[in-house]
Amino acid sequence: MITDVERLIQLMAKLPGLGPRSARRAVLDMIKRPEANMRPLARALLDVADRIKPCEICNNIDTHSPCSLCQDPRRQADALCVVADVADLWALERARAFRGRYHVLGGTLSAMEGRGPEQLNIDSLLRRLQADAQDRPVREVILALGATVDGQTTVHYLQDRLQGFDLEVSVLAQGLPVGGELDYLDDGTLTLALQARRRFGQN
Amino acid sequence: METWQDEGFILSVRAHGETSAILTCMTPGHGRFAGLVRGGKSKRLAPVLQLGNQLDLRWGARLADNLGRYDVELNQARAAGLLSDPPRLAALRAFCGLLNQVLPERDPLPAVYHAAVAWLDLLPGPHWAEGLVSFELGLLQALGFGLDLTCCAATGETENLIYVSPRSGRAVSAEAGEPYKDKLLILPDFLKGLPPRPRQARQGLLLTGHFLEKHLCHANNRPMPEARLRLMDHFYQAEPSADIEA
Repeated sequence: MITDVERLIQLMAKLPGLGPRSARRAVLDMIKRPEANMRPLARALLDVADRIKPCEICNNIDTHSPCSLCQDPRRQADALCVVADVADLWALERARAFRGRYHVLGGTLSAMEGRGPEQLNIDSLLRRLQADAQDRPVREVILALGATVDGQTTVHYLQDRLQGFDLEVSVLAQGLPVGGELDYLDDGTLTLALQARRRFGQN
Repeated sequence: METWQDEGFILSVRAHGETSAILTCMTPGHGRFAGLVRGGKSKRLAPVLQLGNQLDLRWGARLADNLGRYDVELNQARAAGLLSDPPRLAALRAFCGLLNQVLPERDPLPAVYHAAVAWLDLLPGPHWAEGLVSFELGLLQALGFGLDLTCCAATGETENLIYVSPRSGRAVSAEAGEPYKDKLLILPDFLKGLPPRPRQARQGLLLTGHFLEKHLCHANNRPMPEARLRLMDHFYQAEPSADIEA
């Protein structure tokens, strides 16, 4: 029979990025400092577990719906960034490069994983754009999806579906990463970088 | 310890755990073959493991029956150049999805492999769609369901063949097929050795699609790969009102 502590270690070890060894270290640290780490963590976990829900507008996750991003009046209402997952939304927010609103698709079209358009939040995106067209029209939709076969297939599908709307559809650039040296880049990235080259001095 | 080295191109990649991927490749010497790639989701390997990319492969496992582990090195990046080209990207997905579904596992078909690589070489050019039709016809032939397009199924004529019977997979002449033309499939010119005409690639894909679905999908209680169906959408969107007459 396993003890409660062992059970806690087993549960922690199931989390991404943690194996049994690092889970043991984390649990031991919490046990040593229960007031500083363990109790606040337990309370935060319970709070989030009880209240987490997808945003009814953008499908982001938050403890209230609409989420704090959708409720923020300082964000641009005329730019909408479409991302595959909440993790992508968080990555863009971390970069602080975009101040508009988001829409989370819930994945990309994938034949291997049996995910078609019906499994993604595409209809809700179209409904949202139709509803917004009256009072706060979206002028640009940025399709911020991965530079993978599935990601770009989803981009092409969305471009087709968005054709009837009076807005600009843009996609993320593809090419050299910051700090990337040509010698170390894979052939595919180099091909894309060459295809997407631009005149010097052009934004 | 079982090991082999071969070349191949990617048919599918599935995430496995946090960092690894299960890769299925088509190889000339070992057929459709799956294996685990450790670190397959890493920054270094993720761009390499894209559909259609050609790789140098080293596979190893304790027993031949095991899933085994791949070490991969990029030979030729195919997918990256097609990411901003919707019809060609759809064709690549359809091609890989179809092969992944219909090819027997671990059964070498070197002729099919070399025909597939020839089509991948053709993909950036203008006649990729006609090439895909020819490849699919060859695939049907290699798997035992070849069509007979040499003479009319009804009269034995070898001239003026413009239809294909959806039941027998044999060509039908214009005269013999006239009363049944609504039920017959169209035989495109480029499959008779004539230069391709506009819209005939779509007719060719309808033709091969019918027999692929009949012999290789429905017969195994499997649907046509979604990517192959979506490829046809591209042709319908490009020519929404085009008639499909011979």
